[in-house]
Amino acid sequence: MGGQTNGVAEGGVMADRATTLWEVFVRARNGLSHRHAGSVHAADSEMALQAARDVYTRRGEGLSIWVVPSAAIVASDPSDKESLFEPTGSKIYRHPTFYEVPDEVGNM
Amino acid sequence: MTSTSIKLNETPQTRAYLSLADDALILGHRTSEWTGHAPLLEEELALANIALDLIGQARALYQAAGDLTGHSEDELAYLRDPPMFRNALIMELPNGDFAFTIARLFLVSVASDQQWRRGFDDPALVAVADKAMKETAYHIRHAAEWLIRLGDGTDESHRRAQQAVDTLWPFTGEITAARQTWLDAVTPVLARATLRQPKDGWMQSGGRSGRHTEHLGHLLAEMQILPRTYPGATW
Repeated sequence: MGGQTNGVAEGGVMADRATTLWEVFVRARNGLSHRHAGSVHAADSEMALQAARDVYTRRGEGLSIWVVPSAAIVASDPSDKESLFEPTGSKIYRHPTFYEVPDEVGNM
Repeated sequence: MTSTSIKLNETPQTRAYLSLADDALILGHRTSEWTGHAPLLEEELALANIALDLIGQARALYQAAGDLTGHSEDELAYLRDPPMFRNALIMELPNGDFAFTIARLFLVSVASDQQWRRGFDDPALVAVADKAMKETAYHIRHAAEWLIRLGDGTDESHRRAQQAVDTLWPFTGEITAARQTWLDAVTPVLARATLRQPKDGWMQSGGRSGRHTEHLGHLLAEMQILPRTYPGATW
């Protein structure tokens, strides 16, 4: 186990300073959509793809991977919660609960 | 209660198996030593994955060798002394810094990949190669991309990568019998990494015939202590 301390201290610093954060999306099967799996640090897109493969598809989870710089994600503002989401709370007629689904349909 | 070392009456065929298997086991063990020490969590998992690929390849090869020698994979891995190991010397060198680990993984993986793809007459080896070549292709990709970034990175990373390649070069004579084919794959990556390719000169050898560096004994002491101290231990 000797002779491998070089990367340790420097690596910890490097991870904080220089590497971009990427969001990882994995598609598990044909016909499914890519699902957010988590995030990785990597210096560029190729290394991000490899990191995503190594971190999130170790148990056969993946057929396809997307990586996107986290900074490219546009997120809603939490303070907009009332105007964006609360109005839907009173619109129960948008839920498909007012009719019987025949058994033959199976999963919807 | 300790387990006694085994000795084999090797044929050229068993020796060929053990060369492949020992290469994979010893490099796999070295790579696994990064667990808990890698520079990034992502790289920690990448190296652990690669180590597991290599140890898996070693297991398949020991099982195939076991059919010839009458020894189990555990006996072959854990109960042979250093002079009975047939791995190339480059596999047992200590990990050094990250650049050294990556440079070695690249140089060795190119040789392994070409070996798997060259094909075998032996059906047992064909089966191992069929699985291993996909794993090794990824090892090359991972190591090459890192080497390019280290070589063409900062002054410090370039210096370390160049030093690694220079130190490793005399150990590359043992890993391939098709030198020119190997060079054809290595040279373009070194060029992209802006690393100077050392001239082929005197080469280290001896691993295949069991004359190892002092590092192998230490590696095996750590790897073998548990099964030798507690024979037949299970978990």
